Amino acid sequence: MRILPPVSVEARRLLPSRWDVVAAMLVLGFIVLFAEASRAVVAPLSSIAHSTLSLDAALLPEYALRTALRMLIALGVSLVFTLTYATWAAKARRAGTLLVALLDILQSVPILGFISVTVVFFLSLAPGRVLGAEFAAVFAIFTSQAWNMAFSFYQSLRTVPPELSEAGRMFGLNAWARFWRIEVPFGLPPLIWNMMMSMSGGWFFVVAAEAISVGPTTIALPGIGSYIAVAIAQQNLTAIFYAIAAMLVVILIYDQLLFRPLVAWADKFRFDNEDSEEFPESWLLDVIRRSTLMDRLAVPFDRFMAWTYRLTPPARGPAAAIRDAVPSRAGDVAWYALLAALALFAAFEVWQRLAVSWADIAQAFGLGAITMLRVVILIALASAIWTPIGVYVGLRPNLTRWVQPVAQFLAAFPANLVFPVAVFAIARYALNPDIWLSPLMVLGTQWYILFNVIAGASVLPRELRDAGTNFQVKGWLWWRKIGLPGVFPYYVTGAITASGGSWNASIVAEVASWGSHTLRAHGLGAYIADATAHGDFHRIVLGIATMSFFVVVVNRLFWRPLYWFAERRYRLT
Amino acid sequence: MADTTLLEVHDVRRSFPKPGGGELLVLDGVELALKQGEIVGLLGRSGSGKSTLLRLISGLSRPQGGTIRYLGQPIDGPPGGIAMVFQSFALFPWLTVLENVQLGLEALNLPPAEIRSRAIAAIDLIGLDGYENAYPRELSGGMRQRVGFARALVVHPNILLMDEPFSALDVLTAENLRTDLLELWGEDQLPIKGMILVTHNIEEAVLMCDRVLLFSTNPGRVAGEIRIDLPRPRERTDPRFEDYVDQIYTEMTARQRAARADRGGLGTLMTHVSPNLISGLIEAVAAAPYNGKADLPDIASDLQMEIDELFPVAEALQMLRLGDLEGGDLKLTHMGKRFADAELNERKEIFSRALIGHVPLAAHIRRVLDERAHHTAPRRRFVDELEDHMTEDAAEETLRTVVSWSRFAELFAYDDESEIFSLENPA
Repeated sequence: MRILPPVSVEARRLLPSRWDVVAAMLVLGFIVLFAEASRAVVAPLSSIAHSTLSLDAALLPEYALRTALRMLIALGVSLVFTLTYATWAAKARRAGTLLVALLDILQSVPILGFISVTVVFFLSLAPGRVLGAEFAAVFAIFTSQAWNMAFSFYQSLRTVPPELSEAGRMFGLNAWARFWRIEVPFGLPPLIWNMMMSMSGGWFFVVAAEAISVGPTTIALPGIGSYIAVAIAQQNLTAIFYAIAAMLVVILIYDQLLFRPLVAWADKFRFDNEDSEEFPESWLLDVIRRSTLMDRLAVPFDRFMAWTYRLTPPARGPAAAIRDAVPSRAGDVAWYALLAALALFAAFEVWQRLAVSWADIAQAFGLGAITMLRVVILIALASAIWTPIGVYVGLRPNLTRWVQPVAQFLAAFPANLVFPVAVFAIARYALNPDIWLSPLMVLGTQWYILFNVIAGASVLPRELRDAGTNFQVKGWLWWRKIGLPGVFPYYVTGAITASGGSWNASIVAEVASWGSHTLRAHGLGAYIADATAHGDFHRIVLGIATMSFFVVVVNRLFWRPLYWFAERRYRLT
Repeated sequence: MADTTLLEVHDVRRSFPKPGGGELLVLDGVELALKQGEIVGLLGRSGSGKSTLLRLISGLSRPQGGTIRYLGQPIDGPPGGIAMVFQSFALFPWLTVLENVQLGLEALNLPPAEIRSRAIAAIDLIGLDGYENAYPRELSGGMRQRVGFARALVVHPNILLMDEPFSALDVLTAENLRTDLLELWGEDQLPIKGMILVTHNIEEAVLMCDRVLLFSTNPGRVAGEIRIDLPRPRERTDPRFEDYVDQIYTEMTARQRAARADRGGLGTLMTHVSPNLISGLIEAVAAAPYNGKADLPDIASDLQMEIDELFPVAEALQMLRLGDLEGGDLKLTHMGKRFADAELNERKEIFSRALIGHVPLAAHIRRVLDERAHHTAPRRRFVDELEDHMTEDAAEETLRTVVSWSRFAELFAYDDESEIFSLENPA
């Protein structure tokens, strides 16, 4: 299966609409308020951290378990968010446009910068206790997972075939029953796929969120992320390798126990009526399906759901008819006025509280340009390396069979765990951090390009390739006319994801330390990281806003047109 | 009780908001009655609002004017006693055959045992025994539509609505399912009292219906009614059967001509027919044994085309004045005959002249391109103009037709990438 494009390219239009402006204002206002609330409480809290974690390898399973549990909780929260927010966005005529624009902006906010803003706020909710820090970590993971899940479900809701809904209405299913029996099943396969994607991204952030210092406040939640932080401080390379191994095991277990069964199970909700040649398989699902235990456990649940469907009598009459949208002018005016007021208020708050000078803004933009240069060069390099390899692998089914899972696995692996190893090498050989820290930004994200290109090449129609062979199309001509155009739409989706992820990663990649040795590259990521370390909320917010701005603009002006060009010109249907 | 009126549709009007504002009238002044024991067919070209009418009757959407009464009660939402069979089957792929059929009963709050027994009875009735636990994707199209029928019948509706239920099936499967359905109906085994069939297949309408209502397009109106007085089971080879088919044909072509004479401006709907098909039909009609004049049903069977496939091609000929449809016959015009004898380049020329002369949209685009200094125009401009007269989809299809024909005629060029019309010729 190929990954879905992120939110930003869904619409075709290039120019920002009023909705984008309103959404951007609201998100920025929200971040500023968060930061303000944090600033107020940052002093009294000081360090609530655990006594230093032990680097004893025997404790790693426990740490790994805690890290994995945080992920699971966040995934649950994201799922609840998805089912409510996306449904609201899809069904509400007025609010829908704004909710979607909000998603678009939110998914461009660099989560790692955002963690620092929220951490102190959550700590203040449960002063002096670890619970607040746990909230903050879960919230950070949530913000890395929720947006694309919500968006995928929103898209599914918008594309439920009308005749399915009609059949549901015809047979008297009420809105609640239609939601669970038609809309959710229909949206499930892409949603589960997005959950997997979110999970891959989430590992990166859970590791980053566990050990974080915001000014005087230091947090170290027991988990693999903190373990690594301690290992870095103590310059213990062995411990770092232990942590990497533990993470590998956790991801494998998650894959086998959660996602494989889910994907295999969700296969029955596929809407296209084709028999696919390959069925996703899962030994665990087979076990569950063969035993009657699960069936028995499911019975009360099924009964309960069936009971809820019948709470109201069968939907007949006006309630079940599809109503024409009758826009009420007064309602529209009130709604737009409210939004305009909110956006203006948010803008005013931002202006008031964010005492930044033009020089600050210019500095942030300058650094943003440097980081952008890095992202562009690295994505270009990664593309030049992985596209030919991906095509080569994708055309050879035997090779694909084992390279593809490895690539997906590498994309899921939190690359920040590997950073210390690289930093150790850079420090050791005294290399220029401005150049040599950069590859860390794409370390985790380049795999999206690889596995997407593999997916694209493996579905390149046999006959097209045969035609190429038949006409003796070889060498560079083959790549230009067959290989590259064939995988282009797949490549673009992979590159969009990789580029977005790299921006985010810059916050941890542009500043890295090894023991007392700190390497610093110039860039917006380092700017945000520094601001975080100093607890300087004005600069954190400015940095986040600038980075979001860069991501949105690059998405709009570069990726979106490229995506639609690829879809129109090179999509093989 | 034999003449109880199940359904009465009176003066129904339905329009949809147009993207640029304003309303697009789809149905206007529609009258229809369904009596107990009747099968009524709604026959018309695509875009004549038949499916919209079916959705109004089923209570899925509501008319802007007029009344629809089911057993004397006005319909304001899906009533219990009307069930529908969909063209695309509308089965839930994640439910088994049995679960799909049970769905309609589950909302009725029936005890589980009864739900099961009734579902199994419906499955047996429709000839699906043994498939209860299969998923729809494991079944062939014909079997899937049987599930669609079982699901509709299981709720014991008074009226069964069928929205082109056989049009997604291959010819053989469709015939098999039709025959089975009619047999069950004839033996009074179906738990229903009347049926409404939406179709664009003339023979299907004659085979199944007691009455056929002919729909005109744009807006949809009932333009005529033909009562089919043939004993059942009906035979396609029966000369009277063929007479009915001819009669409907003649009426429909006559109406089409009248409708065309009415308008003829930019608002003319066009169905996409490839220029190759047009050339092919002209050649076939020009050749022996037709020598320029062919009976439509004859030439359809000769070319192994469904009659509804042939119809749009014949209409395209008529529109371009290369042929003339009259009384179910297709006759080549002078230009049509010249086209048949011509070489490719001359054919293009004839086609090009026909486009300019008789297809207002093509002439309009060409004129705009000629007038502009840079000889280009964006697609959007013409879509907007078209959408004043027709739905978005119809505008899309109409424009696609003109683009395809104009490319053949080399009248103007169109770049799909930039969505721009131009006079440039790559050659």
